[in-house]
Amino acid sequence: MAGKERNVKVKIENLHKTYPSRNGEVTALNGVNLDIMENEFITVVGPSGCGKSTLLNIIAGLEKPTSGKVYCDDQEINGTGTERGVVFQQYALFPWLTVKGNVQFGIHLQGIKGEEADQLAMKYIRMVDLEDFVDHYPKELSGGMKQRVAIARAYAANPSVLLMDEPFGALDAQTRTQLQEELLHTWEKEQKTCFFITHDVDEAIILGQKVVIMSARPGRIKEVVDIPIPYPRNQESKISKEFLEAKNYIWSQVYKEYLEVRK
Amino acid sequence: MEADTPLRKTSEQKVHVKSNLSWAERIPSKGWLVLSLGTAIIFWTILSFIPSTSRSFPNIIKVTESIGTMIQRGVFWSDIASSLISVLSGFLLGFIISLPVAVLMAWYRPIRLIIEPWIQFIRNIPPLAYVPLVVISAGVGRTPQIIVITIATFLTMSITIYQGVRNIDPTLIKAARVLGAKDRDIFLKVIAPASLPFIMTAIRLGTAIGLTSLIAAESTGASAGLGMRIRALNNTFESSSMLLYIMIIGIIGLIFERLVKLLERRLTGWQEKKEM
Ligand SMILES: Nc1ncnc2c1ncn2[C@@H]1O[C@H](COP(=O)(O)OP(=O)(O)OP(=O)(O)O)[C@@H](O)[C@H]1O
Ligand SMILES: [Mg+2]
Repeated sequence: MAGKERNVKVKIENLHKTYPSRNGEVTALNGVNLDIMENEFITVVGPSGCGKSTLLNIIAGLEKPTSGKVYCDDQEINGTGTERGVVFQQYALFPWLTVKGNVQFGIHLQGIKGEEADQLAMKYIRMVDLEDFVDHYPKELSGGMKQRVAIARAYAANPSVLLMDEPFGALDAQTRTQLQEELLHTWEKEQKTCFFITHDVDEAIILGQKVVIMSARPGRIKEVVDIPIPYPRNQESKISKEFLEAKNYIWSQVYKEYLEVRK
Repeated sequence: MEADTPLRKTSEQKVHVKSNLSWAERIPSKGWLVLSLGTAIIFWTILSFIPSTSRSFPNIIKVTESIGTMIQRGVFWSDIASSLISVLSGFLLGFIISLPVAVLMAWYRPIRLIIEPWIQFIRNIPPLAYVPLVVISAGVGRTPQIIVITIATFLTMSITIYQGVRNIDPTLIKAARVLGAKDRDIFLKVIAPASLPFIMTAIRLGTAIGLTSLIAAESTGASAGLGMRIRALNNTFESSSMLLYIMIIGIIGLIFERLVKLLERRLTGWQEKKEM
């Protein structure tokens, strides 16, 4: 991972975002600067309400910044684009489409039809291990399976940047660990630039090459911590010295921010 | 293929639970239907014996006999046909108008802010009240009947569909956008299928409202029809035929509902929630 020459994939420049509210304005982001390198896996932690989702939505192009700029491949972001895929916490599967229909949604929008679309969809359905559920509707799937479909759907549209907003937040601990491993493997196989929000410090460390800690208020980046755990990573990495050190450090920093919020 | 799906598992569990159920749960739903019908007939028969109610509730034999009477008079089938034509065309027109209106209301705030109060206002007025106004402009015959039913069904269906479109989960639209959907795709591939369950509900409500406004619609000087005939029979105190006609309206309503349910199951089987 390290040592390779890499380009800046996403450049975030002095980003501000305020929302109008009943008593004045709410500042969600207050001067965020961040460079995300190509094929880098970045995880983001920070107290609730510090602007993580806002940042992700702006990168995705689902929201506009109040000021500041975001570039993807040196192009200023203006609205959504298929090079930036999103996985939502609440899965957001189309309930009227089968697993295959969901995974094909983006493929079809790119004008790929018929046999080719089928094969492409199957590739990603196999990737998340759901080939036995191709014709099932979302209501027939467990939460973990739904999120797998959502990941396959995002991958199938072939984005170069994958934005994930607490994708495993609604899952039980066991399913969560399993999906973390799967995501790691997928990323190791088919590298993409990943921006992954979580509340779970362990999750942030096991997945991330860098962990971005956001500060309570106003929404800024407090620190970016490098995670030197070697690849391939798995659950055993969680007992490595590097992991525990990172965990200790990040926890104490995040905890300070939590205290800040409660003040 | 289906052997290890989660859905299958739950149905197996249900089967397992069923073996030690109370007697009430062991009777199949068809059996309950027969029981329900049976008790209704018993009540009906009792009412036909009680002096104070017997004139309103002639017994089942008299009512059945009145089918023959009405057929002999040559009105039975034409009454049913006439009412069906009015209800179905009124409903269809109401549906065709309510679809775009509902979508426009959901899409454009100004349109909603102007139109919604009108609809809410008129919706509370019983159709019978505005029948004379309709007749003044549209004259008598088929037209005013269809107009009255169109108005009544439109009001309910447009509000129902509009609320459905508004309640579409915004993350679904976001999910479609980040996958590359343009406005057109969002409309055809997200809004349309996502509102289908509400459209089905609107259809169900619409057919029911169509039937319940029948009496009002046919008080526009109709020459045939179930509602018109009930009023006419009232003048000659023919309660057997009246009760028969009332029950026919109910039966048509049940058939409508069955048909819509069937359609619903085919089109919106993907839905998470089951209808009670
Ligand atoms: N659409 C909106 N309108 C008004 N205020 C908003 C809106 N979205 C977010 N905010 C405000 O912006 C701030 C940041 O919200 P955001 O959702 O980005 O936080 P978050 O870090 O993702 O929190 P969580 O960890 O709970 O998901 C919060 O104070 C929130 O109240
Ligand atoms: Mg959030």
